[in-house]
Amino acid sequence: MSKSTTTTTTTTETTAETEAHDLGEAGSQLSTAPREEAAVGGPALGVVGWIRWFWRQLTSMRVALILLFLLSLGAIPGSLIPQTGADELKVQNFKRAHETLTPLYERLQLFDVYSSVWFSAIYILLFVSLIGCIVPRTGQFVGQLRGLPPGAPGRLTRLPAYTTWRTEAEPEQVRDAALAVLKGRRFRAHTVKDAVAAEKGYLREAGNLLFHIALIVMLVAFAWGQLFKSEGGKLIIEGDGFSNTLTQYDDFKSGSLYSTDDLAPFSFQLDSFTGTYEKTGPQRGTPRTFEAAVTYSEAGGADKKAVIRVNEPLKVGGSKVYLIAHGYAPVVTVKDGRGKVVFHGAVPLLPFDNNITSTGAIKVMDGYRDKNGKKEQLGFQAFFVPTFAGAGKGDMFSQFPALDFPVMALTGFHGDLRVDSGLPQNVYQLDKSKMTQFKDKHGNKLAQRMLPGETMTLPDGAGSITFEKDIKEWASFQVSQQPGNGLALAGAIAAIAGLSGSLFIQRRRVWVRAVRGEDGVTVVEMAGLGRSESAKLPEELADLALTLHAQAPTAPEPARDPAAEPAEEPAEADPAEAEGAEK
Amino acid sequence: MNLAVSLAAETNESLARMSDMLIYSSMAVYTLAFFAHIAEWVFGSRSKVGRTAAELTATARAAAPAVTVRVNQGGSTAVLDKPKVVTRSGAGTRDVPDGPGAAGGTVKGDLYGRIAVSLTTLAFLIEAAGVIARAFAVQRAPWGNMYEFSTTFSTVAVGAYLGFLLARKDVRWLGLPLMTTVLLDLGMAVTWLKTPSDQLVPALDSYWLWIHVSTAIFCGAVFYLGAVATLLYLFRDSYENKLATGGEPGSFARSVMERLPSAASLDKFSYRVNAAIFPLWTFTIIAGAIWAGDAWGRYWGWDAKEVWSFITWVGYAAYLHARATAGWKGRKAAYIALIAFACFLFNYYGVNIFVTSKHSYAGV
Ligand code: HEM
Repeated sequence: MSKSTTTTTTTTETTAETEAHDLGEAGSQLSTAPREEAAVGGPALGVVGWIRWFWRQLTSMRVALILLFLLSLGAIPGSLIPQTGADELKVQNFKRAHETLTPLYERLQLFDVYSSVWFSAIYILLFVSLIGCIVPRTGQFVGQLRGLPPGAPGRLTRLPAYTTWRTEAEPEQVRDAALAVLKGRRFRAHTVKDAVAAEKGYLREAGNLLFHIALIVMLVAFAWGQLFKSEGGKLIIEGDGFSNTLTQYDDFKSGSLYSTDDLAPFSFQLDSFTGTYEKTGPQRGTPRTFEAAVTYSEAGGADKKAVIRVNEPLKVGGSKVYLIAHGYAPVVTVKDGRGKVVFHGAVPLLPFDNNITSTGAIKVMDGYRDKNGKKEQLGFQAFFVPTFAGAGKGDMFSQFPALDFPVMALTGFHGDLRVDSGLPQNVYQLDKSKMTQFKDKHGNKLAQRMLPGETMTLPDGAGSITFEKDIKEWASFQVSQQPGNGLALAGAIAAIAGLSGSLFIQRRRVWVRAVRGEDGVTVVEMAGLGRSESAKLPEELADLALTLHAQAPTAPEPARDPAAEPAEEPAEADPAEAEGAEK
Repeated sequence: MNLAVSLAAETNESLARMSDMLIYSSMAVYTLAFFAHIAEWVFGSRSKVGRTAAELTATARAAAPAVTVRVNQGGSTAVLDKPKVVTRSGAGTRDVPDGPGAAGGTVKGDLYGRIAVSLTTLAFLIEAAGVIARAFAVQRAPWGNMYEFSTTFSTVAVGAYLGFLLARKDVRWLGLPLMTTVLLDLGMAVTWLKTPSDQLVPALDSYWLWIHVSTAIFCGAVFYLGAVATLLYLFRDSYENKLATGGEPGSFARSVMERLPSAASLDKFSYRVNAAIFPLWTFTIIAGAIWAGDAWGRYWGWDAKEVWSFITWVGYAAYLHARATAGWKGRKAAYIALIAFACFLFNYYGVNIFVTSKHSYAGV
């Protein structure tokens, strides 16, 4: 290992500009970053001049930096204010709670930050700037690849890493040896006058360009996905099926360029849903497994079995089917006054807490006649708990999410459900405006808490409703089609690869000068320059120097002649002090 | 519940208790390490301290190199026969030597420093054992809630610091600030964030958890070390500025600042740390997006957690840009790095606690 020794020295402050002058051509073009120009004043060149000036501003590093700032700043409100895209319900609650703020927020598009005009403006400007930056940089980089590294600056001692020694080998011999050594280490090297100039690490620039291009690819993929995506939800009870057509969806959203002809032809059936829950301990009731066993088939294909889990969607026909939610669907049988079954089926109920306390509505639309033979409709409000606390113990809320002690409370109505009124209706709620509640013989509202297998008899021979022993489960699925995912992933991988190249590879130059000194002995000088300072640079130079030194060993010390000494060689420090300083 | 299950549950219970014990023990040992570092600072003599002023005020010397790196000889020939590599600081930075470290270059201070590092290593091993015991107790990756994040987070931060020491990097000056924050982090974890060990909800149960969350914690721990170095850079830089303009810092400031590495070295250290971890942070976000794609059917939905990861990412990208932009190098870039880290912290504490997000975990 090399040992670092601190010597007491100082420099007058060197600014970047004087440094650049000192190194001249040699220090330039070590990257393709746009040159900074003083942004004072505009040009006096008319419209074209102004446009060019504006374009140069937009594609400058400073403006890119400002736009990056604005982008992160602009993203903040969307994380604090409910967003329509994420949770419509929360937005509505917020609007109800903040009546004065809402109009202002709406005007500023704060409920849709990420698709708002101002947020889009920021990232579009950023990406215009990015393209405007990449195109010239790529051209410049190709030019640099075609050219050769610039010749050595006048004074190598000014470079960040420097070494020198005297040798008896001829200068040409040293240069040839240096050229061979550097080329052997995959430097691009050539000899200019009295020195060898070499450069390595072009992959850094290539990586940086790749990274920025990959950002554009990712943006394009994201936009593509937004425009052509589709997303639909469907609730399915065990035993029921679904085929992928628009009419079968409970709800459906799609990007603006999506056409419903693009729906992949497939169908599936929910064979069974299994949910298990933590039985003991402080997190009793926390879900453990959710599994939906399905049978599916693609257009005309054979039936296949699959299990859909929370993190494992079913991939079929370019779509993905995700398991989103689940609940219970008690099976009920409704008979009319003459004992005829007018309704038999599983009714999905919506859970509203973690223990799946659920509510819903049972609607008997056709076929029912009251005891006088008059056509009517029936409606029941259901309140269901999979695990009942026990009569007289607390409230009616469920104690556990599994079906340990299922109980359903029902109350019935008759009249007109208004399903034919043309208004869209929530299947989980009753429109009671044209309904009358059944009363028991004491004139109280009819309500009954039922165990599976029990029947509630409606008054005055109006029929009955039976809570069957068989309780089904339902699962809801989201079927999504999102093109561009592959492209986004490719972009992401390219971005990481490019970024790693850009940040881990050093682009650096090495010069080896060999000239005959005044006393006839050859003086070798080596120096290295990197784009950013790195501890590796002096290490690499030392390594190169050592290799070259083997071919051009140090000449015996001449009679001390200060003129032959290369300028400004530091004094060797006391090793004892070096030990202390390293800590 | 059958017998095998209850037996397993009991072992898990006792493993969980053992994990708690280990975490508490590690806190005790970290506290000792903390005091050892204090002793290092206090007993490190100030005699060797105070060289920066001399460096900055001595104007007679020419622009000679600041540091010489002697090439390793490999044996046979005499030292002077081999080329020496001379390095000098880059443009626009002061050529100031690094301070001698917290011990002030004294034997006594150094002894306390070594004791502190040994204790830190011990505490690290205990804490790591605690995290591993927790993983076995809950039979999954130990990153299901904030308590578990916090314990893993400090373990990884200390591990990274010890890694730097092992690689013979001059980072012992990080010891005291690190111990302070590790104790804070653990203190918060065991008092406010403590949740009984338990299983994950199915949405979190995926191998992406291992990938995404482990890299996120690792990135956070390393970004944290970068942020500490950045903060110290700002202090040291104003100290050097003050000296360079002929100011007279107080004796306390002098004693503390003189022991730190030079502003240029601190700046370089924090840059390297931040830059090196940035690609991994990029990967972390992408891995999270892939996971979200599997779990929720969309890979990017502008959920609060996603937004703040994005903001953090853009913040660090801005920092890297700033370092390549004239007029933004140095202090301004450092401020950006600190803001970016603040965003990371907010994402971790703020979003989990104050913002409702899809990423809310079992218990806190
Ligand atoms: C979409 C927004 C952008 C992001 C997220 C981004 C990100 C980054 C990152 C992370 C780096 C660090 C890699 C390195 O240091 O080599 C970088 C470097 C760079 N970026 Fe960007 N960038 C963006 C836009 C731009 C734009 C608009 C420009 C043109 C003005 C630009 C020009 C550069 C240059 C020249 C470098 C290299 C700096 C150097 O050589 O050290 N970037 N960018």
